[in-house]
Order: sequence, then structure tokens, then C-alpha cells
Amino acid sequence: MFAQKRSHLLPGLKPTLGYTVFYLSLIVLLPLSALMLKAAGLTWQEFVTTVTAPRVIASYRVTFGAALGAAAVNALFGVLVAWVLVRYTFPGKRLIDALIDLPFALPTAVAGITLATVYSSNGWIGQIIEPLGIKVAYTPRGIIVAMIFIGLPFVVRTVQPVLEELETETEEAAACLGASRLQTFTRVLLPTMLPAILTGFALAFARAIGEYGSIIFIAGNMPNISEITPLIIITKLEQFDYAGATAIAVVMLVASFTLLLGINLLQKWSRRSAA
Amino acid sequence: MNTFTRAVAMVAFAATMFISTIAGAETVLLNVSYDPTRELYQELNSSFFTYWKKKTGQKITVKQSHGGSGKQARSVIDGLEADVVTLALAYDIDAVRGKGLIKPGWQKRLPHNSSPYTSTIVFLVRKGNPKNIRDWNDLVRSGVSVITPNPKTSGGARWNYLAAWGYALRQKGGSPAKAEQFVRQLFRNVPVLDSGARGATNTFVQRGLGDVLLAWENEAFLAVNELGKDKFEIITPSVSILAEPPVAVVDKVVDRRGTRAVAEAYLKYLYSPEGQAIAARHYYRPVDRKIAATGSKLPKVKLFTVDEVFGGWEKAQKTHFADGGTFDRVYAR
Repeated sequence: MFAQKRSHLLPGLKPTLGYTVFYLSLIVLLPLSALMLKAAGLTWQEFVTTVTAPRVIASYRVTFGAALGAAAVNALFGVLVAWVLVRYTFPGKRLIDALIDLPFALPTAVAGITLATVYSSNGWIGQIIEPLGIKVAYTPRGIIVAMIFIGLPFVVRTVQPVLEELETETEEAAACLGASRLQTFTRVLLPTMLPAILTGFALAFARAIGEYGSIIFIAGNMPNISEITPLIIITKLEQFDYAGATAIAVVMLVASFTLLLGINLLQKWSRRSAA
Repeated sequence: MNTFTRAVAMVAFAATMFISTIAGAETVLLNVSYDPTRELYQELNSSFFTYWKKKTGQKITVKQSHGGSGKQARSVIDGLEADVVTLALAYDIDAVRGKGLIKPGWQKRLPHNSSPYTSTIVFLVRKGNPKNIRDWNDLVRSGVSVITPNPKTSGGARWNYLAAWGYALRQKGGSPAKAEQFVRQLFRNVPVLDSGARGATNTFVQRGLGDVLLAWENEAFLAVNELGKDKFEIITPSVSILAEPPVAVVDKVVDRRGTRAVAEAYLKYLYSPEGQAIAARHYYRPVDRKIAATGSKLPKVKLFTVDEVFGGWEKAQKTHFADGGTFDRVYAR
């Protein structure tokens, strides 16, 4: 009966879809398949031995653990920063707003060197916290600090527009209907912000996993303790072991993709439950 | 974009194309090198320009590319059009040779294993040498903190590692097992493994970490001269390794571009008195005895070579730095 072609409200679905697929293939899929192809130079056995070597496993733990921690911190404080930037006016607000994006613009090596300078035992922060027994530079903590730094803009920038759209009237209405402040936050604000927070979290997490430049200067890079997976990949490349390097890269890719997919689904679910 | 700006852009584009075609008329060489040779080759290139112009009337521009030695070798393998490579170790040039870009036996084509200048590994310590570090065996004392980069990612660090190994091996009653024990102890004193030599220098100099930095002699002098003689001292150990950074013409590239004659002349120029004097000025050890005696103020030190002690780079790499090698065993749990 209605088996005829479904017509779309907007014209040009086919060309735009075609363009999207072509563009994605060219920019993302082509390099990725080249990566897979290089890793395919290994036999399955070799592949497994390479990606499950104890030092490599230790590096996954460091990388993914630190990235999760850093993304969580960013989710929490990113929301706070976004809240302050949206809801309050104060002198220098625009400046602070602009500062948020700085980690995007700064070359990562510069960020790493700066962080190492600040947190090492003779640096501004380092000389205060090291006597308290907290060592940051050249420990796994340094990795988390670097990841927090580079991931900061993601949560702020995804949550900010959502908060801007959120009208204060809804909060007032909640208050009028007898909700406490906490209830207003958990029942009204949070559900609206959650999808954006999750997106920001996922972006910050993905960025942290792939980060190399800034971490390398502050991590200490001790095998099994503070060695990140990208460094292991570089190490393999340094030995001209392209296949080994790409094998580990493939593992990172699959892991990141699975995690991102999971977060995407979670986000979809939270959006639906909020609606 | 309006018509005017578009027109301007077109003209600018055409002009750049035109200029680059003209520039193509004079020969351009690309020298792909490693990190600490930047200043050396800057001086050498301008000197070579004058020399070559006087000799042939041809203007020659030598472009430079610097980075970690292994990374540079990979760039050449992946298609960076280097006419000559001047890297930190023969192993990296061998990797380029392995891809058929350089003919086998390249290291015999120029004198002294194709190394026009050499260097060695020395210790950089803080002024006054508070921990009284004199030789390699002081590095394994408890309470001494040593800064050296990761030999898996840094070519320079591989020289450091082999120097320590060679020292231990050449002690009375030395054996590979004892040498391995020695480097294991040494690395227990290493608090940070930077990925490259410059990073390690930074850690030692700027962050104030460690009592001693293992460094190329030329880098150590550069550090002392630039960062202050009142802060650091150079200690030359009793014995060290002869670091031979080799040079080679990339056969495939020069044959295709027709730059073989000038590329070979360029490398030969490194061995000329002028080239040797420039190397000496940049704290490399010139291979020319005469220049070494007059132009170089570097202290005498007993040196062993990789070939003597380790049977060449290929073998050293496999035994020590490949996955599962002696360096991995240092950190195996």
C-alpha cells in the first residue's frame, strides 16, 4: 500500500549520504584499513604474543586507568566550570571562557614541559606538595594530571550550550512545586545535562587515551609503572617493528571504539529516559 | 572570496610556483640528520656553499631535517627524499639500507666507517661534583641518581647503555653476566626514563633531577656553555665508548634526482680540513689527527668501539635492545 519510496522532508538525502560515506571512508576508514593491513603481517599467534606481553598489559592498565580517572575528574569539574560560566557574571568572565580552549591550541609538548616544570620537586606546585609526600611529576599521577589538562575543554564545551538553553524558570517551577535544592538538581537539572556530560566524558576519555606528546614529559616512563601504550608503540617503531606497533595500535583502536560505542548507547538511553 | 581576492590569490600562487621553479634550477640537497647536529650542519652547509660555488660555479642549498635518529630513518624509509643521511648510529642507516634505498657495504665507502667525526659518552654533574662521581662504578652506588633516556626509544641512550656494559665487561673478571648485573644496578638508580636525549637533558638541567646525566660529549659541552659553567661540570670517565655517527648517500634518491656528484662531494667535504675544523668547533672529535691535535680541546680518554666489544650494531641491537634483550630483562618482573 505505502510501499512506495518514503519521501523525506529535506531534499538531497542521497547525495549527502553518499558524500558522508565517501568522506568518512577517505578520512577515517582508509587510514584505518591501512593500519589493519600492516598488522595483518603477523600470524595470529604472533599478534597475541605481542599484544599480551606483560609490559604491554601493564601499559593498557596505566593508559586506560588514567584516562578513565582523568575523564571522571573532568566530568565533575567541567560541569562546575560550565555552570559558573553560564549562570554567573563576573569581571573577566570572557577571559576565563577563552582560557578553557587553551589546551586545544597549545602544542602538547609545550603543555607537557610546562606541567613537568610546575609539578617537579623544584616547581611551583611540586615544592609545596612533595614535602607532604605527594609526588606528581614522574609518577602515574603525572599522567592523570596531563590527561586532565588536555581533556578539560571537552566537558565544559559540551555542557555549556545545554545549560544555556536550560531556562531558570524550570528550576523556579520545581521550587514552587516544593522540590528541595538537591531534588531540583538531581531530578530536573542532571537528567537534562547527562547526555551532554556523557558526550564530554567520552571525548575527554578518547582524547586522553591517544595522548602522547604531553604525557611523555611528565610520566617518568618507567616500564610496568608509568609507561603508556602509545609509548610502547613508539618503542616498537623505533625498532622498525611496524607490525608489532600496529598490532598494539589495533588493540587500542578496538578497545577505544568499544568504549565509545558503549558510552554512545548509554547516552542514547539517558536521553530517552530524560525525555 | 570576492573576485579581487581570488585574483590576488591566483597571482600569489603563480608567483610561488614560478619562484620554486627557478629555485629548482639551483641544486637543493636534503640532509636528514639527528637532533644535536643542527648547529654543526648549519655552519657546515654555508661553508660548503662557498666551497662548491668556487669550485663549480653552482649554487647549492642544503636543507636540513632533524629529529630522533630512529624517527628520521623511518621518515626516509617512508619516502622522505633525503639525498644524504647523517644519523646517530649505523643501525639506523642499516635499516634504510634494508629497504634497498642504500647499497650494501655503504659503511666502507668513506673512511673511518663512514664516520667523519666521532664523540663519546661523558658524565654531566652538578657544580663541585657533590656526589664525587669519577667513573662508571660510581653510578651504581646507592644514593646516586642517574639520568639517561630509554635506550629503546633513543639512539643516544643506546650508546650510554653500551658504554656502561663495555666498562663492566672490561673490568678484571668481567663477563656478560657481570655486565648485565652492572647495568641492572645502574638502572635501579634511574628515576626517569625520558624518550629522547634532549628530554633527558631537560630533566637533569631544568627540573634539577638526578646527580649525573649520561650524555654525548658534544651535548654536554653545549649544555655547559649555554646553561652556565657555574652550574655544571663535565666528568670524563676512565674509559668510554667511541660513538661513531655515520653518514651515507641515499643511492636511490640521488640517482633519481641526479644529485650523486654533489651529494658525495658534500659528504667528502666533512672529511676536509675545513669540515673537520667545523666538527671540532662543535665539540665533536674530528677523525683527522692533525685537526684533532690542534683544533680540538677535548680530553684524552680510552675508547672502545661497538665492533670490538659488541661485534657491530646489528648484533648489539639484537642482544640488548630488541624485545626480550638484556635491557628488557633489567625491567622484567
